[in-house]
Amino acid sequence: MTKPTLSGLIKNGAIWGFIVLELIFFSVAGHFWSMSESAFMDFGNMLLLLKQSAPIGIIAVGMTVIMINGNIDLSVGATYALSAVVMLDSMSWPIFAGLGDWVIPVAWLLALLTGVTLGLINGLIVWKTGVDAFIVTLGAMLGYRGLVFMYNGEQPTYHLNWTMVDIAEANVLGLETPSLVLIAVVVIVWLLMTRTVHGRNAYAIGDNREAAVNAGIRVGPHMLLNFALIGFLSALSAVAFYSASGSVNPNDGTLFELWAITAVVLGGTKLTGGSGSIIGTFGGVIAIQLLRKGLGYIGADTETVNLVIGTILIAVLFLDKQLNRKGQEELKV
Amino acid sequence: MTDSRAKALGGLLARQGILVAFVLFMVGFALWNPRFIGIDNVFGVIRSSAILGVMALGVTFVVIGGNLDLSVGSMMSFSAIVVLDLHENPAFGPALAIPAMFAMTMALGALIGFLVGYLKLNSLIVTLGMLSAIHGLTLAYSGGQNMDIANQQATWFGVFGRGTVAGVPIPVLMFGGLALILAVILAKTPFGRKVYAVGGNGTAATFSGIPRARVVFMTYLISSFCVATAGLIQASRTMGAQNTVGQGMELEVLAAVILGGASLLGGSGTVFKTVIGVLILGFIQNGLLLAGLQFYAQFVVTWVIIILAVWLDIAAKRGRLWSPIA
Repeated sequence: MTKPTLSGLIKNGAIWGFIVLELIFFSVAGHFWSMSESAFMDFGNMLLLLKQSAPIGIIAVGMTVIMINGNIDLSVGATYALSAVVMLDSMSWPIFAGLGDWVIPVAWLLALLTGVTLGLINGLIVWKTGVDAFIVTLGAMLGYRGLVFMYNGEQPTYHLNWTMVDIAEANVLGLETPSLVLIAVVVIVWLLMTRTVHGRNAYAIGDNREAAVNAGIRVGPHMLLNFALIGFLSALSAVAFYSASGSVNPNDGTLFELWAITAVVLGGTKLTGGSGSIIGTFGGVIAIQLLRKGLGYIGADTETVNLVIGTILIAVLFLDKQLNRKGQEELKV
Repeated sequence: MTDSRAKALGGLLARQGILVAFVLFMVGFALWNPRFIGIDNVFGVIRSSAILGVMALGVTFVVIGGNLDLSVGSMMSFSAIVVLDLHENPAFGPALAIPAMFAMTMALGALIGFLVGYLKLNSLIVTLGMLSAIHGLTLAYSGGQNMDIANQQATWFGVFGRGTVAGVPIPVLMFGGLALILAVILAKTPFGRKVYAVGGNGTAATFSGIPRARVVFMTYLISSFCVATAGLIQASRTMGAQNTVGQGMELEVLAAVILGGASLLGGSGTVFKTVIGVLILGFIQNGLLLAGLQFYAQFVVTWVIIILAVWLDIAAKRGRLWSPIA
């Protein structure tokens, strides 16, 4: 274990400090600018925030694992959409007609299976061909999205099942189902990455693949597993979201990959692999959603949100570089 | 002996594989349906690929320099919106709107070039941030409204998207002309060599006295110039634009550049190959439509082709088909 240094502390705590700063800013600014009667830090508002972060958040957790492992996945948005289409469409397939409400778990299972399959396809290609994950998943992003459109044209796919809506909007201690799923995913994947051999190996491979190979770690199966995981999580995100809404447009999930990567990077995970944390990503997801909500709360428009998030992302990268500079050999130019 | 000859043939196939595949594809489709290579169809395909193609030319420079540019899509929306808005502004009119738009777009390119070149920030994240930030800027500029030219008959602005010279559509001429100029710059000038050097091995380039930061800066400036040109064609062709007109194009552009054979690691690729990559995407789409396949089937085919192209390329370089990853 390395001793905690000041810069290390700033780096690891930065995202939480940022969240606190956001909360204070929007609470104070809200007094002057908000049209709303309720306070920003209203408990119900915070619970809603957690629920709204769930779709991107669940995917971002998977993206963290992929990026720690030294890869990237640009096809998550398309996987999300295709899983949603399979889930909603399969509920009206004639072969399931006799199942009644038991069709719900079957549809969920099919959606998750779709996600895992798409992830496995990416993982197998990356493993067996040695083509960079960026290119493989860039291609898959187009290909999977093409499949979504081929399924139902430009029409939305919909199926409303009130039992499913009830499950999706079930409420435990104020937390609705998507929030619960997000929290469960964060905890389980955090345990996976910090407490298991697979997690440690994933870090090792991302940090230095050559060294990992020399240490006898089999790189391929670990990468395959991680791609299956992110496919599963993309599908899970779709299940959590579309069970309530019951309708999916073929363009849904576009740009999700970019939002997820933004959250992951804000949470402190390195693009180069080998370092990062699930909890940090959770912080990144919350920070982004807080920013969206907060700017809306004080009456700013959507354009400001995009502008601010883009600027913050670049600023974080700049600060991170400054903090990391010490002790590293920098080429003087 | 035969083994080495087979290997040489395999190497040639892999090096020029994309060109060979393109020719085979064209010949096959032409035999099946002669309309496919009819002059109207060919111009139609190139014209509809021109916007993507012009953007891909600029991104080729960035990628050869060892960086990425994910901001071109949202930057193209920005330039289209800006030029349309200034066109409607009585103080500007078309003659001033176009240079003003180029200046604004290239200012954005300069900003990215500064961040990536001089501050040495990771280009993927910087341009990802700029994708979002420029989209915000576009929305703020337009107030979320679509832009339209009110009196479309009274302006010559449509010439860039709709005009023809001796039967050749002007977007095709602009794409071809820009490709020619940029090909010469990349292949025949000292600057072009520096781009390859910086992308191939940045450290070595620095030690050889090449100003890495300035070269990277210039690649982004070139990219933003191409984006502005694409925005001009787009705005002129439709005489109106939504705020999201370029959304998602950044990845299609990158796909075309990669398909042409540029390595994401930098240091390899040519303008000519990128043009081939763009044309392949365009003709596949067209060919599949003529063959009666669904429009969206092209995306699936593009997926397969991109991966096959890159796979064969690296398989030829390492001398074996399957990757050595355990």
